[in-house]
Amino acid sequence: MNLVFKNETFRDDFTFSNSPAAIRRFPFPFHEDKYMYSVNIEPHVPGPKGSPFEFPIDIDEHYVSEMADRAKVLEQDPKRCQALPHMMTAQWDMLELLMTSMAASYPEHFTLNRDGDRWHWINRPLKIEQKFVFGDASTLPVGPMEFIGRQCQGDFSLQDQRDNQLWMDAGIITTQADWSLDFDVGMNFTEWHGPVPLAHQARVFERALKFLLNLQNGHPVRRLNWTMTINPRLDTSPENFHKWGSDRMTVTPENVGDKVHLRVELQGLWRLPRSNAVLFSIRCYLIKLRELVTVPKWGRRLPRVLQSLPPELIDYKGITRYRDTTLEWLSKYDDGAPTSPGTLPD
Amino acid sequence: MTSSSTRRVRVVEVEPVADRIKRFRFVDVSGEKLPTFSGGSHVVVTMRAPDGHLWRNPYSLMGSPADASSYQISVCRADDSRGGSDYMHDNVRVGSELDVTNPINLFSIARKARKHLLIAGGIGITPFMSMMHELAAANANFELHYKVRSQTRGAFCNDLVRQYGSRVHTYRSDAGHALPLGTLLRDQPVGTHLYVCGPQAMIDWALESGRAAGWPHENLHSEHFSAPRPGSPFTVKLARSECEIQVGPQQSILEALEQNGIDPPSLCRGGACGQCETRVLARTGALQHNDHYLTEEEKLGGEKIMICVSRTAGNCLTLDL
Amino acid sequence: MLVSDIKSRPIYPGLEPDLYALSNLIVCDRAGAEAVSDMMRRADARFAERSAILICAEDFDQWKAIDEAIQGFKPAVATTFPSLNDTILELDALLGGAKMGVCVYAAGSEPLIGSVVQTAMRHHIDHRSVRTEHRGSLKRRVQCVHCKALTENVTTNPVKCSGCGLMLLVRDHYSRRFAAFQGVCIDAEVPGEIPEQKAEFL
Repeated sequence: MNLVFKNETFRDDFTFSNSPAAIRRFPFPFHEDKYMYSVNIEPHVPGPKGSPFEFPIDIDEHYVSEMADRAKVLEQDPKRCQALPHMMTAQWDMLELLMTSMAASYPEHFTLNRDGDRWHWINRPLKIEQKFVFGDASTLPVGPMEFIGRQCQGDFSLQDQRDNQLWMDAGIITTQADWSLDFDVGMNFTEWHGPVPLAHQARVFERALKFLLNLQNGHPVRRLNWTMTINPRLDTSPENFHKWGSDRMTVTPENVGDKVHLRVELQGLWRLPRSNAVLFSIRCYLIKLRELVTVPKWGRRLPRVLQSLPPELIDYKGITRYRDTTLEWLSKYDDGAPTSPGTLPD
Repeated sequence: MTSSSTRRVRVVEVEPVADRIKRFRFVDVSGEKLPTFSGGSHVVVTMRAPDGHLWRNPYSLMGSPADASSYQISVCRADDSRGGSDYMHDNVRVGSELDVTNPINLFSIARKARKHLLIAGGIGITPFMSMMHELAAANANFELHYKVRSQTRGAFCNDLVRQYGSRVHTYRSDAGHALPLGTLLRDQPVGTHLYVCGPQAMIDWALESGRAAGWPHENLHSEHFSAPRPGSPFTVKLARSECEIQVGPQQSILEALEQNGIDPPSLCRGGACGQCETRVLARTGALQHNDHYLTEEEKLGGEKIMICVSRTAGNCLTLDL
Repeated sequence: MLVSDIKSRPIYPGLEPDLYALSNLIVCDRAGAEAVSDMMRRADARFAERSAILICAEDFDQWKAIDEAIQGFKPAVATTFPSLNDTILELDALLGGAKMGVCVYAAGSEPLIGSVVQTAMRHHIDHRSVRTEHRGSLKRRVQCVHCKALTENVTTNPVKCSGCGLMLLVRDHYSRRFAAFQGVCIDAEVPGEIPEQKAEFL
């Protein structure tokens, strides 16, 4: 894969942008002209070449810049990375999964040599080389989850399975759409999804939980989630809401194309072997609307989806303040023509 | 079979460890390492007799989770065997090939416990073997109390004492030893969890004793691999496949389907996990729910059935399969 | 009220005596003491003989008085403490030496219940094993998601954070770990646009 890593920012001057190739491969989440919650889980099997689903873990042109942003977040707020004491085995399971995936999928960038428990990891883009003993935390500079989490795009949480529930007992969360790891650590699946409106009544979470409790090693699943963000800001945490919340008021009819972003989360779920825990990845993709509408089908579909949203979802996804201005801007890209089913560009 | 895939393995070692108990060790036929697993896991072994008879039995993995070169299981020839354990004892030898699922865990360590009290009876020792590897590696505080009928039927006693020393306590029925459960239950620090595996009667006794000693349900765990409850034979009609299957008195619906080459989703085969939930479209008699999964409402509703353990009293059942 | 659509909002099923428990550790405030009395009435004398009751009486100046009703049940131990902190310290000490067979109960305000559950969890007791009942004030403990400070005895929404001074929307999203509800800056989008403070949790 010919990856050229960009040098861009997700804060302050917001120089982030997508190359044409990144736009084409963007995981547009809407397969029809409206949206409602569903248990839209599918097997996480290799997808089309070049797509974000090709490999178990997707590394793209934003890798180096995203990891730099993560490092800044963690420096400012170490509580974005926490693990309860009983989750150490799960942390090692996660490290194994990510290192083996990244090395197998992107051999030009990552190398993993293993001699029994003696592992040798090389990360060329981030210029990291580490020899360590798998299972011995004293041979790594930080905990296993943090060590590999700082080198992999996406947020990760580790769920301990017990008593017919999944408990979020560890995580490294710096690109979240507005929830707090520090507050939610220790909650179960039903509880941490507590604030999501409407979905509980539709029993979406009840069914998803039953499914995930039976998730088996070697059979990961994935789904897409979405929201909108003003500016390509990765750190839209509640911790910093008082700093970024006012971004929502800065949208004008002229700047919608550059300021308003569709934010899609590719979520992966893996059963981990030694700990029997579930690894939950939340991989964030951003696209400004000016880039999105270069795909005509998406330019037609997005306004139709936004029109279809019930008020609770508009409010929960934080879109209220700029929805009308955004719809106004998008209207010139929707000529009313029918759109093909499915998410891919025509 | 469910989305849990199977792999072909070859038996490399068979050892009679005690009267009526044999240990089997097997490796992947391709020579590849097997998946590592968590303590308390089991695999479902598919056995095919030359006459076409099919058995699928769960067996706990006994070895160390850190050693993925082979898997070890132990099979006790059951007094009331439906054929599976007899088959393993009589027909499986070094060189035999079997299909096994990837490890599944329905009996795992409570990782937040301060202490683990393991109560094993007979062949029920097997899930604790892998659990103790994991507990010992984590320097966890645990004790094993292992009840066997006699030395000759007490598998692994010497090995266990050698490996885990004073954390292992064995009790022989033939020598009149009683497992002092009452005393044990009253002498544990708060935050101790109890795990029991063995004959159903022992499990019931341990769980009831635990509750009677003021232990909350959350701290009491058990696993039991039992054969599905038998009943009278009946016909199953599959609405979507448009065929009819006979379910024998000793067979579960799931087993009857598998015997006929149909592989509906399933996992635990014990009525606990929900994977085999199937819609009932029509029936001529009452459903006999033997599972622990459906709610009371769902059981009364008569529209759902767990095909791995439940039956009907009537003579015909139509399923959405 | 204590009913909310939000699934992380705890529900307190009510005090039921565990007749199998070898010993009972009961923590309550003045309002919760009524729930304790109700429970004792449903149990037998032996239940009381196995019970230690810790009463948090921070709301009352005559804190030495133990309710006559509680005395009437003849518990093995009944002690009153002048603050929630003191009560919890005692609970922590008692749990330190406790054996399996102890059952923990908490009745009264949510901050009291939350602190009892937190303490029990520190001693590896599953939160579901603690029997709880809410009585009296709806006051909340709120954690500011921004500065992490805890603000006690919150009865209004929004509330001013005792740490950083931001006005916080008090959500129903609850953390057992902090025994607190989440507070989020209410005027993040338009600083200064703050809705009228309402007395929601009296």
